[in-house]
Amino acid sequence: MTTLPITPSQTVGPFFAYGLTAHQYGYDFNSLVEGELVNPIVHSAELIYVSGQILDGNGQPVSDAMIECWQADGQGQYNTQPIAYPTDQSSFIGFGRLGTGTTRTNQFTFTTIKPGATAPDSAPHINVILFLRGSLRTLYTRLYFADEPEANEQDALLRSVEPERRTTLIATKSKDGHYQFNIRLQGSDETVFFDL
Amino acid sequence: MEPNIVEPDKPATHSGLSPSVPLSNHPLHLSPEYKSTILRSPTRPLMLVPDQMKNLRMPVFGDSCLGALDNDLTKNARKNGEPIGERIKIAGRVLDASGRPLPNVLVEIWQANAAGRYIHKAEIHDAPLDPNFLGAGRLLTDAEGRYSFYTIKPGAYPWGNHYNAWRPNHIHFSVIGPHLDQRLITQMYFPGDPLFAYDPIFQSVPKHARELLIAKFSMDWTEPEFALAYEFNIVLNGRNQTPFE
Ligand SMILES: [Fe+3]
Repeated sequence: MTTLPITPSQTVGPFFAYGLTAHQYGYDFNSLVEGELVNPIVHSAELIYVSGQILDGNGQPVSDAMIECWQADGQGQYNTQPIAYPTDQSSFIGFGRLGTGTTRTNQFTFTTIKPGATAPDSAPHINVILFLRGSLRTLYTRLYFADEPEANEQDALLRSVEPERRTTLIATKSKDGHYQFNIRLQGSDETVFFDL
Repeated sequence: MEPNIVEPDKPATHSGLSPSVPLSNHPLHLSPEYKSTILRSPTRPLMLVPDQMKNLRMPVFGDSCLGALDNDLTKNARKNGEPIGERIKIAGRVLDASGRPLPNVLVEIWQANAAGRYIHKAEIHDAPLDPNFLGAGRLLTDAEGRYSFYTIKPGAYPWGNHYNAWRPNHIHFSVIGPHLDQRLITQMYFPGDPLFAYDPIFQSVPKHARELLIAKFSMDWTEPEFALAYEFNIVLNGRNQTPFE
């Protein structure tokens, strides 16, 4: 079997917004996905909001990052249907993308529902994919939920993380339906990133 | 057209890795010559994860996502005429490491205009905007993993990394492959650019793999009286052992 050399990764750079996240930044180009992973009308009763900042080695929020979320639905099933545009008809997308340059505090806020567990040894989680100026490679991490302590205890991946670093993967609950998930690129509470 | 295959000239060493570690084509996270990496790259070792996680299926996109001119950047933002600059075609295939073509992959591109100016609001380079050029496009690969864009050749532009820093001409590519470990963002460069030697972003790639980011001029695909063509193939991580379902 032939093995082809892999195409090297490069930084997303500072100027991705008008291509990858045009609509939310007000550029004249449409966006296939945004910060809503579900149709908020269809799922109004179970909506959650996941907010956070990307923080650099000085603890400063990053204003030019792009974060993607990919998660299962409430039953633990990933969406295998093609994402359509416009997305209004589709009640569960499961995939979202936001830049951090649209708010004064460089916060992102995804609107979604809590995912179901995808396996008996897996707690509800969101796959997080991060790109930013100054990062030469795709950064992968996961978001778990602080109000799922028993499930988190049983999660195979979380259990394999050194105990003192596990909290970096767990979104805290600020109030009902609102979760906070900051990603720290460096420092004593540096987020755990995965080798994919 | 066969994808680019590059013979490593000699096994370059990734600092900190023993020679027995398979050589990666990707840059290291920390590449201090590219100054922004210093405060923005992880300092702890990345966590190894099971294959099952790498194999997680990514979202797929339907044809309804694409506008008729999304893959033609020379037409998709016209206001009162044609964009200025050299019209070119960029085409190739998206493959996995086993050489299997990857159909229905979302490829998104963005770039500076012919003068080296991005339309991005934070861009401060004193070069003209082009009212008829946005510099963004997208498409889905066809059943054989093929793609093709028309665009304008981007200009070089200065940046603040160091004194007299200029980026080589490049087009940014974002690719969502079928599996989680096949999410790639990269940059495509043009052959023979004199700025390669001075660009820390290009130089962040291990020496043996830099060729892979340089498109090849293609006379075969060049369109008479219309546009020069460049071939750029994209090979995504993984999938050597895993049978394709
Ligand atoms: Fe650029």
